[in-house]
Amino acid sequence: MNIGLEHYLVVSAILFCLGLAGVLVRRNLLVIYMGLELMLNAANLSLVAFSRFTNNLDGQVFVFFVITVAAAEVSVGLALIVALYRKRQTAHVEDLTTMKL
Amino acid sequence: MHEFLFYTFALLTLVFGFLVIANPFSLNPVTSAMFLVLTIVSLAGLFVLLHAYFLAAVQILVYAGAVMVLFLFVIMLLDIKAEERRKIRTFGIVSGVIAVGAILTIFMVTLAKSALPGVSPSLEGATIPLGKLLFTDYVLPFEIVSVLLLVAMVGVILLSKKDLK
Repeated sequence: MNIGLEHYLVVSAILFCLGLAGVLVRRNLLVIYMGLELMLNAANLSLVAFSRFTNNLDGQVFVFFVITVAAAEVSVGLALIVALYRKRQTAHVEDLTTMKL
Repeated sequence: MHEFLFYTFALLTLVFGFLVIANPFSLNPVTSAMFLVLTIVSLAGLFVLLHAYFLAAVQILVYAGAVMVLFLFVIMLLDIKAEERRKIRTFGIVSGVIAVGAILTIFMVTLAKSALPGVSPSLEGATIPLGKLLFTDYVLPFEIVSVLLLVAMVGVILLSKKDLK
């Protein structure tokens, strides 16, 4: 059996759902961030697969930009988590209820 | 051979990805970060199978190198001992798994029903064609991304200042 586009897309979909489950289920901010990274990587995988199977290099350039923006996003997000931890001594979403009515 | 490598890397990616979010042996963020490194490396293997050699290298350099070092530094700064003592709420897990299962079903049904492009692949994602495209058609986004990195760097320095006003 030949490996086609749909195989890669199935892997990408399952990986995206794993990342989403991590964001929804876990309560630690750092693990939530790792779930976000998993979702970004799943999107990257499907972009590269589409780029390969439509003979178009634009998808790979897009993945390059996604990786760059993800690196910037992670650095800012982790700095926010550190600033939050300094102020509130927690990295746990259940302790962050100041804006709850 | 290609089939064997694809199934190996796909299985490794999914198993390690599962262990990132739900490790039955430890809730420690450090183990999650380590499994995230393994997920990213096996994903780079899938990129190589898709002939995206440059992106596989960038994936390992940027993600497994820079981003994960950042994660581990931050985990080191925080107190992770307190996180392990949390009890897990079953209601949140059940509802989250149901929601994610519904989305996965939508994905799979859409994939099964859609007509995918059936071009025989001949594309090579080597560095030279990618670089040519990046500096001709995509030169404006490239410059914008460089400004974005500068902005992120300034923002991080400002956020990490001791007396944040």
